[in-house]
Amino acid sequence: MSELLNILKQNARTSVEDIAKMTRSTPDAVRAQIAEYEKNGTIRGYRTLVHEDHMDEDRVTAVIEVKVQPEREGGFDRLARRISGFPEVVNTHLMSGKYDLLLFVEGKNLREVGRFVSERLATLDGVLSTGTHFMLKTYKQDGVLMDGERTDNRLPVSP
Amino acid sequence: MNSKSRVAERVRNLPFSGIRKFFDIVAQRKDVISLGVGEPDFDTPWTVREAAVYSLERGATHYTSNRGDPGLRQAIARYVARQFGEEYDWKTEILVTVGVSEAIDIALRTIINPGDEVIYHEPCFVSYRPSIILAGGVPVCVETRREDEFRLTRPMLEKAVTPKTRALMLNFPCNPTGAVLARKDVEEISNFCIQHDLLLLTDEIYAELTYDSQHISFVSIPGMKERTIFMHGMSKAWAMTGFRIGYACAPADISENMMKLHQYAIMSAPTTGQKAAAEALERGDAAVAAMRAEYNRRRNYLIAAFNEMGVQCHTPAGAFYAFPYIGDLGISAEDFAMRFLEEKGVAVVPGDAFGKSGAGFLRCAYATSMDNIREAMRRMAEFVAQLRA
Repeated sequence: MSELLNILKQNARTSVEDIAKMTRSTPDAVRAQIAEYEKNGTIRGYRTLVHEDHMDEDRVTAVIEVKVQPEREGGFDRLARRISGFPEVVNTHLMSGKYDLLLFVEGKNLREVGRFVSERLATLDGVLSTGTHFMLKTYKQDGVLMDGERTDNRLPVSP
Repeated sequence: MNSKSRVAERVRNLPFSGIRKFFDIVAQRKDVISLGVGEPDFDTPWTVREAAVYSLERGATHYTSNRGDPGLRQAIARYVARQFGEEYDWKTEILVTVGVSEAIDIALRTIINPGDEVIYHEPCFVSYRPSIILAGGVPVCVETRREDEFRLTRPMLEKAVTPKTRALMLNFPCNPTGAVLARKDVEEISNFCIQHDLLLLTDEIYAELTYDSQHISFVSIPGMKERTIFMHGMSKAWAMTGFRIGYACAPADISENMMKLHQYAIMSAPTTGQKAAAEALERGDAAVAAMRAEYNRRRNYLIAAFNEMGVQCHTPAGAFYAFPYIGDLGISAEDFAMRFLEEKGVAVVPGDAFGKSGAGFLRCAYATSMDNIREAMRRMAEFVAQLRA
């Protein structure tokens, strides 16, 4: 992966001036490369990693295993896209193993997610079964530890 | 008995480390951004810490063999072979020490007879000169220079060698200058050692942290293994300073005699640290690579920032130190460091702490977060502009 993407994946707010210094490039060259990545779809967006515990609103996340009937033409893609279209679904992955699709679904509460699963998801043509697991606590997300604080235990000056 | 006479003369005459003095001043202040720390800011890779915890759970809390845990010594032999291209016998040629610091001390005490001269280079790590003196040797300093990017070259050594010279002691990549040696330098210095029949003590603790070229170890040069004490350790590249694990690879006759000193003074290196070190050597490559990539970004940033503020700095090709020159600003390195700390709250170490030839330079460690580096450089630009005004 390019050094530019490595830096942005770590911290998308790193300024183009800083990236230029870090990569021995120029701000204009960095800006042009970012624009190129955005245009060709390599960069799909920039998000903020928020700790849910610090947010006021109630929200639950469910991880749902879905078994589906693959179609003769299109395999899993058509149904996966159809499921992904629902705003409640935040991640959709095709998996190897005992089930086919793994979904991350968000809702205000258990009931709302439950209704989505029973009324919208399970009733789709081609969905054979679903298994729903509610998330209880997040310890690590996208490579970042979400509980506890990191402190610098080093001496201020050392040889 | 008066209090002075209670301390032996050779110890009393030993100067305190210049770093120590500065540490005491910095430690009294709060909210300092420190570029003075000579150790990684990264946490030890989790796989390594987990292995240490597991070893404790399993009850690995006893002495190991004096030479070090056999599993670790075999891991070291494999690592040195694949990384530096030389085979060592783990039973007779590898000794696990308490950091490279212990390795340096016992290596010198093993090979030096009273009055033997040891050539070393300055600016260098603070313990070199005192360790030579404590071993009964005579330190002979060769000063590396900014115009050579602080590389050591054979002509410099030829001026320092005498019939009494016993050994040459080196540290590349270098703390505090960040200098590395080119292949040509390594070959010429090796030939110098062979022609003058000298032993070589090479502290390659920063070997994994080079950014523009692959590290070239002295042990990879034909004819050098038999006269080389190769010293390395886990502290820097694996961010394991507190585990206190280093090692020395040396010909069996030297190694077994180093082992005597180690055995009487230390018994064996910390067992938990040894277990952790074995894990790091076997499964730590990816973590080392990730840390190296991050150091490189910070290094590039620092150099660009120095350029922007018009401060001269050679490109440090290894370790995690930049060594900018501020001698043209009409202020000594020590005054710069003191005032920069007082007025801007940033700690850097005056270059003279690493030898006289470090005067006029600052050691800025980039083993700290990008945010800290950015802010420290912003304040340094301000401070330098004030000095010029």
